[in-house]
Amino acid sequence: MKILVAVKRVIDYSVKVRVKADNSNVDLTNVKMSLNPFCEIAVEEALRLREAGKATEIVVVSMGVKAAQDQIRTALAMGADRGIFIETGDAELNSLSVAKLLAKVVQDEQPGLILLGKQAIDSDNNQTGQMLAALCGYPQATFASKIVVEGDTATVTREIDGGLQTLKLSLPAVVTTDLRLNEPRYVKLPDIMKAKKKPLAVTTPAELGVPVANTITLVRVDAPAERSAGIKVESVDALIDALKNKAKVI
Amino acid sequence: MDITEIERDSMEFDVVIVGAGPAGLAAACRLMQLAKEHHQELTVCLVEKGSEVGAHILSGAVIESRAIEELFPNWQELGAPLNVPVQRDELYLLRNETAAVKIPNAFIPATMHNEGNYIVSLGNVCRWLAEQAEGLGVEVFPGFPASQLLLNEDGSVAGIITGDMGIGIDGEPKDSFTPGMELRAKYTIFAEGCRGHLGKQLYSQFQLDADADAQHYGIGIKELWDIDPSKHQEGLVIHGSGWPLGGGTSGGFFLYHSENNQAVVGLIIDLNYSNPYVSPFDEFQRMKHHPLIADYLQGGKRVAYGARAITKGGFNALPKMHFPGGLLVGCNAGTLNFAKIKGTHTAMKSGMLAAEEIFAALQAGDTGGKDLSGYDARFQNSWVYTELQASRNFGPALHKFGSLIGGAFNFIDQNIFRGKLPVTLRDDHPDYAQLRPASEFAPIQYPKPDGKLSFDKLSSVFLSNTNHDEDQPSHLRLKDPTIPIGKNLPLYAEPAQRYCPAGVYEVLGEGAEARFQINAQNCVHCKTCDIKDPAQNITWVTPEGGGGPNYPNM
Repeated sequence: MKILVAVKRVIDYSVKVRVKADNSNVDLTNVKMSLNPFCEIAVEEALRLREAGKATEIVVVSMGVKAAQDQIRTALAMGADRGIFIETGDAELNSLSVAKLLAKVVQDEQPGLILLGKQAIDSDNNQTGQMLAALCGYPQATFASKIVVEGDTATVTREIDGGLQTLKLSLPAVVTTDLRLNEPRYVKLPDIMKAKKKPLAVTTPAELGVPVANTITLVRVDAPAERSAGIKVESVDALIDALKNKAKVI
Repeated sequence: MDITEIERDSMEFDVVIVGAGPAGLAAACRLMQLAKEHHQELTVCLVEKGSEVGAHILSGAVIESRAIEELFPNWQELGAPLNVPVQRDELYLLRNETAAVKIPNAFIPATMHNEGNYIVSLGNVCRWLAEQAEGLGVEVFPGFPASQLLLNEDGSVAGIITGDMGIGIDGEPKDSFTPGMELRAKYTIFAEGCRGHLGKQLYSQFQLDADADAQHYGIGIKELWDIDPSKHQEGLVIHGSGWPLGGGTSGGFFLYHSENNQAVVGLIIDLNYSNPYVSPFDEFQRMKHHPLIADYLQGGKRVAYGARAITKGGFNALPKMHFPGGLLVGCNAGTLNFAKIKGTHTAMKSGMLAAEEIFAALQAGDTGGKDLSGYDARFQNSWVYTELQASRNFGPALHKFGSLIGGAFNFIDQNIFRGKLPVTLRDDHPDYAQLRPASEFAPIQYPKPDGKLSFDKLSSVFLSNTNHDEDQPSHLRLKDPTIPIGKNLPLYAEPAQRYCPAGVYEVLGEGAEARFQINAQNCVHCKTCDIKDPAQNITWVTPEGGGGPNYPNM
């Protein structure tokens, strides 16, 4: 079975996010970019399925600016076999456009399982996996914390509000990963060298014949309001008085 | 499982370089250029502890382009990020919290003139150098710290071992445990920067500093600001000294107007200060309230924060830079020219000379592990040596005579005699031994930060984007865990609480309840604790790869 994993280049999780002075977007100038952590978990799960003999090939796909090839290389260094990069340039891609491009890749590659992160830590949309399943007409299981592949089915445990839900899907299927699914491995130095030589095909939306129309405009981004300075009180009475009369919360 | 006994994978290269700063990257590029010129196969591997190249680079910086021009004569075509030529140079003496005296140009030591220099982000310069290095065929591996030396049976350096990944806070391997690798090389170039932790081992292993004066250090604290465009004057360079430093604490500040309406502001404090109550962080924060600086910053927004120690002993403190199997370059040796407050061009040149020495040896069929003493001659015949030699008295003069008379000496020495005065001033007291007991001083009451120009430590560290996996052993090791509370606290009021610019060290509780806490996750890898602890009890070792700050264009 072939597994297709979609990965996204995002602002690194350790970076303090800044909004541009004109509030038009998040400022990415000179900011460290990385593989989205949920996507990393998806790559790791694919590797574990291959190591367990459930998969034979892992294809990683990403899109965006040229530099996003770095994130494909990271996935290849972890152990994926080959990459596909769809160059879309600086244009803001909404989830539906991403899902349409991925659906075309699914059509061309015919994978048995498609793994994605449940969401990207930059836009937090949590839509692409669901849209992709719908476009392909495949069953889907989101927020996976456990995946067991047997023959032509996958049994997926989902993290839902207040508990767990287990679903059995017929393959091919789309599964999105949650945080507790696995802990991704550390990349080894020789594997980074090997990854540089693994095949990475570059294509464009035009070559794939998928029109990328943007139907959503980003209007404005605001940073969280600054917290005003606190005060120190001497006694419980003063605290109650401050909560009642100054903060007016009780 | 005993981690010290573990089987490690091994890879072999002709040359391994430790550290992707200007020195290491220049060495890497020069090696590959020579290999290409001579049609020789050469494998060069460069490891870097930061999560990406540039993540741990922090410098002013105004740089001289001399070394870059030598390395890449077509540097402009190649898009080197030297975009802001210095337009104007100003030097001030801050008299007190409101007054400043502008030093007339004629009285400024010649070394401190900046015509022809560039205001840069050294982080971005390193990112660019790394692209050139990779283009030339160097294997660059960020996220892989060189954690141990690898020695041959004859004691010569055989390479390094990269850090183990996935060890828990209890010292036991986790499920994700991935052992570090042996990177073996004919020659290893150590370019770790100021107070490199392998460099420190090499100094004692090969007694590299036996004939040198004690090394001297400073701590540089820096912030990057987006400032009001109407106040921004691209290319303006301001230096100065004086207030708020005093009482035997010396140093200097900088404010550079770089590109995109950004300005960088910083303070370098000499680490030979004697008052244990001095807090370099708080000195810097209050310094920004001086009208000379505040006027530019008001209405702006702080974007990034960081700190790094500086090797500034100069010529007299230069160690032996070669030993069997390896060479020491850049600030790991101490090639910074303190009279110019510049180290990038000298660091790069020292790396290029190391590359030339090693390449010549390999070309002659050398199989590695030799003591390449020819590096000395290359170094001594280069402009770096001439430059450092001419500036040898600058730091010692300031240390010995203070900034006024020392400054006058430097003016005469540098402007009239151009560094050729037949005297050499020496300053052989190590910085850590200069602290005086706390009982001789009154605690310093620093003003509360206002949240606009000045800030507290924790919100500052937040802007260094520092991250270390929580579940790993502390990378700040105490040789004797009883010293902080048993000796340093009663004698020096435990100065680590104050000299650390990232709030790593805390004394919690009082009297018999007092305990020493190390918040290693906050560490910005500045190395000040390793340098300034009066008992020399703190050893900085490499944390798990990729940990530490994630500086943007610092």
